[in-house]
Amino acid sequence: MRHLLSPLDFSVEELSDLLDLANDIEKNPKKYAHVCDGKKLATLFYEPSTRTRLSFEAAMHNLGGNVIGFATADSSSASKGESVSDTIRIISCYADICAMRHPKEGAATVASLKSSIPVINAGDGGHQHPTQTLTDLLTIRSLKGRLDNITIGLCGDLKFGRTVHSLINALVRYENVKFVLISPPELRVPSYIREEVLKGFDFEEVTDLEHAIPKLDILYMTRVQKERFFNEDDYIRMKDCYILDKAKMRLAKDDMLVLHPLPRVNEISVEVDDDPRAAYFKQVQYGVYVRMALILRLLELA
Amino acid sequence: MLNVSGLKEGFVLDHIRAGKSMSIYHYLGLDKLDCQVAIIKNARSSKMGRKDIIKIECGIDVLDLDVLGYIDHNITINIIKDEKIVEKKTLKLPKKITNVIHCKNPRCITSIEQELPHVFVLTDEEKEIYRCMYCEEQYK
Repeated sequence: MRHLLSPLDFSVEELSDLLDLANDIEKNPKKYAHVCDGKKLATLFYEPSTRTRLSFEAAMHNLGGNVIGFATADSSSASKGESVSDTIRIISCYADICAMRHPKEGAATVASLKSSIPVINAGDGGHQHPTQTLTDLLTIRSLKGRLDNITIGLCGDLKFGRTVHSLINALVRYENVKFVLISPPELRVPSYIREEVLKGFDFEEVTDLEHAIPKLDILYMTRVQKERFFNEDDYIRMKDCYILDKAKMRLAKDDMLVLHPLPRVNEISVEVDDDPRAAYFKQVQYGVYVRMALILRLLELA
Repeated sequence: MLNVSGLKEGFVLDHIRAGKSMSIYHYLGLDKLDCQVAIIKNARSSKMGRKDIIKIECGIDVLDLDVLGYIDHNITINIIKDEKIVEKKTLKLPKKITNVIHCKNPRCITSIEQELPHVFVLTDEEKEIYRCMYCEEQYK
C-alpha cells in the first residue's frame, strides 16, 4: 500500500505514468465513470479548504465512488482531543482511501504510519501540498507537451509560497529546465532552495516582471500578501510591479502559459482571463483529473 | 590511575569527552537499569588530556548503544565477555534516532500531539544533518 505525502514520493517514471492516466481520463471520462463503484473516499479536513476538498470529492464522484468526511476540525473528534493516529485507525474502518488537510506539519505522515488505507496529503500547514504540484505538472505537460526544455518564471511571493518550492523541487528532475525567479528582494526563495535544490541548475533571480516575461514558456504567478511586508510603502511599491495585465501579456511569447494556484486577488488582472494563454482555470480542471488518476493508482484500480 | 574492578560481561565506554559521562548515563537510560555502573570522571588520557569512562556490567544484548554515535562518535566501545574484550566498536552516526532530541518547530504535529515519538532521520551524513521525520525541519 502506498501513500502520497510529498510531491517527490513518485519517481519521474511513476509520475509520467500517472500523468498519462490523467490524460486518458480527460479523453475518456466514461471509461472511468464506474471504476470506483462501492468505494469510499474520506476527506478529513482539520482546516477549511473548500476548493481542495471539492476537487477531491468531485474526483471521487467522477469515478463512481462515494465520499464521507468533515470540513473543519470543530465538527470532528479532534475538538474532543482525539489524536490523528486514533482518528485514522477509525477512518480506516469506514473508508477505502483518505485525503487529509491539517494545519500542522507532518500530520499526514503521522496518519500514514497507523493507517490501513492509502493516505493522500491534501496540505499539512506550510509543509507540503503534493496534489497541487501534480496539478501544476499535469497542466504544463498537457498544454506544453513536455516538462523538459522549458523556461519557467515564478513570480510573486517566493519566500513563503510552498507551491513554488514544491514545483521547483519537482521540475529540477527534468532536463534543461530554466528558472527565472521574479520577486521583491524581501520575498526571494529561501536560501536552502538556492543552495541545495537549485545548485548547479540554470536559474536567475530578478525583480522585474516586464524584463523577464519575453523569454518565458510558463509564468507561474502567486499572490503577494500584504502581511508579509514590514511597511506599507514597500508593499504599495511592489504590488503593482507584479500585476499581470494586458500590457505585460503583449510582451510575452504567443504560446506562453499563465498558471496560478488560486485564489488570486488582484495579481492577475481580470482582463487577462480571456487571453488564450491564461491557463489557470484549465489548471483547476486538470486538478480534478490528476486527483482521479491518483485515487485509482493508490487503490490499485488502474 | 584509579582502579575499578574488571567486568565479567558488559561494556566499557572509553574516550568520552571529559564531563560528558553523566549526560550519557541518562541518554542510555542507565539510571533505569538494575546493574553495576562505574563512572570515572576526568581520568588522565595521553590522547585527550582528560576523559570520562563508563563501565557497565550487564548482558551485551541489553543496551542499544547506536545513539552514542549521535552524542559523540569519538567514543570507543569495548564489549567485554568472560572478562576479555571481544569487540572494539567505533561509532557511526545513527540513521534514525528516537526520543533523544526533540522537534522545536512550533508548526510541527509533535507540538500538539504529545504522545508521538520524536523521530529524527539522518538526511546528510557529511554535514551531519538530522531532520524531523514528520515536518522535515532540520535539528539545530
